[in-house]
Amino acid sequence: MEWETVIGIETHAQLSTRSKIFSAASTAFGAAPNTQACAVDIALPGVLPVPNRGAVERAIRFGLSVGGAIAARSVFARKNYFYPDLPKGYQISQFEAPIVQGGTIQTVLPDGTEKTVRLTRAHLEEDAGKSLHEDFHGMTGIDLNRAGTPLLEIVSEPDMRSAGEAVAYARTLHALVRWIDICDGNMQEGSFRCDANVSVRPAGSDRLGTRCEIKNLNSFRFLERAIDFEVRRQIEILEDGGRIDQETRLYDPDRDETRSLRSKEEAHDYRYFPDPDLLPLEVKDEWVAAERAALPELPAAKRDRFVCELGLTAYDAATLTGSRETADYFDAVTAALVLREPGGDARAGAKTAANWVMGELAGALNRAELEIDRSPVSAQQLAGLIARIRDNTISGKIAKEVFDALWAGEASGDDAADSIIQAKGLRQITDTGALESIIDGIIAANPAQVAEFRGGREKAFNFFVGQAMKATKGKGNPAAISEILKRKLAG
Amino acid sequence: MINASLKELADALAARRVSAVELTEHCIERIGRLDKGLNAFITVDPGRSLEQARAADARIAAGHAGPLTGIPVAHKDIFVAKGWPSTCGSRMLASFVSPYDAHVVERFNDAGAVVLGKTNMDEFAMGSSSETSWFGPVRNPWNVDRVAGGSSGGSAVAVAARLAPVATGTDTGGSIRQPAALSGVCGLKPTYGTVSRYGMIAFASSLDQGGPFARSAADLAVLLNVMAGFDARDSTSLERAPEDYARELERPLPGASAGKPLGGLRVGVPSEYFSAGLASDVASAVESAIDELKKLGASVIEVHLPNTGLSVPSYYVIAPAEASSNLSRYDGVRYGYRAPEYDDLVDMYCKTRAQGFGAEVKRRILIGTYVLSHGYYDAYYLKAQKIRRLIARDFTDAFRQCDVIAGPVTPTVAFALGAKVSDPVQMYLNDIYTIAANLAGLPAMSIPCGFGSEGLPVGLHLVGDYFTEARLLGIAHQFQKATDWHARVPAGYA
Repeated sequence: MEWETVIGIETHAQLSTRSKIFSAASTAFGAAPNTQACAVDIALPGVLPVPNRGAVERAIRFGLSVGGAIAARSVFARKNYFYPDLPKGYQISQFEAPIVQGGTIQTVLPDGTEKTVRLTRAHLEEDAGKSLHEDFHGMTGIDLNRAGTPLLEIVSEPDMRSAGEAVAYARTLHALVRWIDICDGNMQEGSFRCDANVSVRPAGSDRLGTRCEIKNLNSFRFLERAIDFEVRRQIEILEDGGRIDQETRLYDPDRDETRSLRSKEEAHDYRYFPDPDLLPLEVKDEWVAAERAALPELPAAKRDRFVCELGLTAYDAATLTGSRETADYFDAVTAALVLREPGGDARAGAKTAANWVMGELAGALNRAELEIDRSPVSAQQLAGLIARIRDNTISGKIAKEVFDALWAGEASGDDAADSIIQAKGLRQITDTGALESIIDGIIAANPAQVAEFRGGREKAFNFFVGQAMKATKGKGNPAAISEILKRKLAG
Repeated sequence: MINASLKELADALAARRVSAVELTEHCIERIGRLDKGLNAFITVDPGRSLEQARAADARIAAGHAGPLTGIPVAHKDIFVAKGWPSTCGSRMLASFVSPYDAHVVERFNDAGAVVLGKTNMDEFAMGSSSETSWFGPVRNPWNVDRVAGGSSGGSAVAVAARLAPVATGTDTGGSIRQPAALSGVCGLKPTYGTVSRYGMIAFASSLDQGGPFARSAADLAVLLNVMAGFDARDSTSLERAPEDYARELERPLPGASAGKPLGGLRVGVPSEYFSAGLASDVASAVESAIDELKKLGASVIEVHLPNTGLSVPSYYVIAPAEASSNLSRYDGVRYGYRAPEYDDLVDMYCKTRAQGFGAEVKRRILIGTYVLSHGYYDAYYLKAQKIRRLIARDFTDAFRQCDVIAGPVTPTVAFALGAKVSDPVQMYLNDIYTIAANLAGLPAMSIPCGFGSEGLPVGLHLVGDYFTEARLLGIAHQFQKATDWHARVPAGYA
């Protein structure tokens, strides 16, 4: 039987506020255990929560950036359960009335097709602390530094149909929360983690199968592998005539499998009710308007602009908008190119710029383990280099040499590429007279190869190109060389 | 000295006729001598109190004294105070020493008052008799075989027996007014949101409200001046322009005239409050008090609060629901009681909470957990919240016809210790007249208005519209200028 996979994703994005969602304690990562837990975080008798405006602001920003509705009035509720790292015995979350409702995430799959994933909601909540099972013989240590850290839980509709789509969605969401500066996206530190709800059904069916929830996937690779494993597991059970039990499962990356954590019967009754310590969260229109005005151009808009105005492919545009820093860098390169080539072909320039940013620059950054905003080659310098390729001052091959020199810091300033070309004498030879006399010499010196070529062995042509490049130390304009050779060899 | 008003004490302190240290020592001496039979205090710490008293004396000497500088205050043990055991009357917190001050404690400390001690109470404020305390029951100074009322019984008794000039309490369903009435002192529950709940150990967050105990309305006004006010640490705290309740006390009513200080005041008397269940001795004392209000110029009209009968059942859904969640933090993990022996985590939770909480607290956690459970939430919790709005509307309607509502605080005078311990419903019905003000969030107070059978005190209940504390205090003050019920002292404590 043909099976269809159905996936919905819940993402916990840690909001980048300096203090916690209901207390003034710091949210900085990595401090000694329990040094960033104040009276409110450890739930001493008598303490009360006070909402952090910055967390609400970030939730609004997210809602606006996905086209969701910002609730004028949302309600904090208590989710009651006992766990040693949950100090109050309940988590403050939002249940019936979340701050963001609806919205969509537009993502581009590797084959270039666009995919829209609908969002159900996004709500504010606090994180729990951490239980430390190692280091304590027969006991558990509790670190409450993380308790009360603000989270935005972003819930998607079950709109994804493969692990690949799920990863594309998660990557796009990850880029977005960083783009609008509400979450640092650090997955190792747990700032962005996903739960996947996975089910399968016979292809063509419009009824959802029984789902399993896979918890706490903190890398895109784990997300993909966990889903792939889970889908295989479910299909196997169904094809053997079995039944899927609704349950919560954990992915074990070491064994690359998911295993049951608790069944539906064991699920908690969280006894949600509105938190009487907190008034309903009121968000006035003016506040929403102010956040809207402060939003940067969003990745989807930028992607559309790159495709429509600059003629990039959807996939290139998606790659370049993978982070705000990359997109900003690319924007700066194209803007500088337009200034350098008044009346030039902006679309062609953009294509070259895209190739350089995604190719040579990305590779160099990767090798050096640098982020693009720390690139030793500035956007202005790269534009200066690309301009010289485009006006035929240098060839693409020589350009790589110039790029390496730029990277090594051999020249400074926006026109560093020109300085390097000048200093190293890399200017391309486009003077046809000079090239013709060089080529005449090569033809005269290699009669055997000439005879071969004229005898029909076309490959011999490359020999002449190589000789010409060698003679010009790589500076001969390849197009001009080719044109002259064709004419003279045809002779 | 033990019957002096706050004003008189402040004058005596200012004139150096008495020092804060002497005043504090005097209270400590009385507690040492008289409290064994009353059990009003859980903790006294003379060293700490006297240190504060010495600081107060220095402040008085430096000329920076306020109306409460050097005045000993007994705090209900529900308010946490830095360095003090803050037990909430529970074994669960018997060894808990707070690292921080409640807002209320901080305000009194800033005013230069002296923490005299922490008073006994029903465990986690759950009770109407101060018998559920881990530290034993509080006894009524008018008759030590009778209950003091609860849950703030220790504070009421501390004031009634003149162990402290004033005290603080909290009122979730009547926990200030009911013990004030049964112990013969004055107690005020302000409008919800007037007094910050920060550092006030939560019972039912949407109902809990701190307030003062004193011997007169005039003293309550001085205390409320310190306790009331916005606190950013409590999201339900109200941001309002501060009022000077002590000054407002003497402001004449618009219709007042010579000999008729309550002229123009419309007093509403709910017929529902004078029905079956109200003991005749209480009824007659309250009726006499209402007559007194009439003599002072007030007009009395009958009003209706048709949903009164629903207040106890809806309260016993909402309060336990909130309590079941509020008390989840007492799990033995971070502080407080932990069972000495257990097998695993779940066993640790179960034993800790089974041993750390008393029967009444466990009963309410069970009720609260039940009414919030999946499938029951709509039928109980949501319905109770709807009833709550109906009850609030009853009052809104009534206050279109009257300025204040007067009636009984309790159905009977103080009952015998142990009489209702085994019958929770009878115990809950004690709060039948007080609970509605909590559900609606209205200000309400109890002042002594006479004595019932066996010479036990009776309280007059005054309920006002939102933020009319000043008017309530003004009415009570006029009543107390014309009567002396509030000045009576139980035999043996004069």
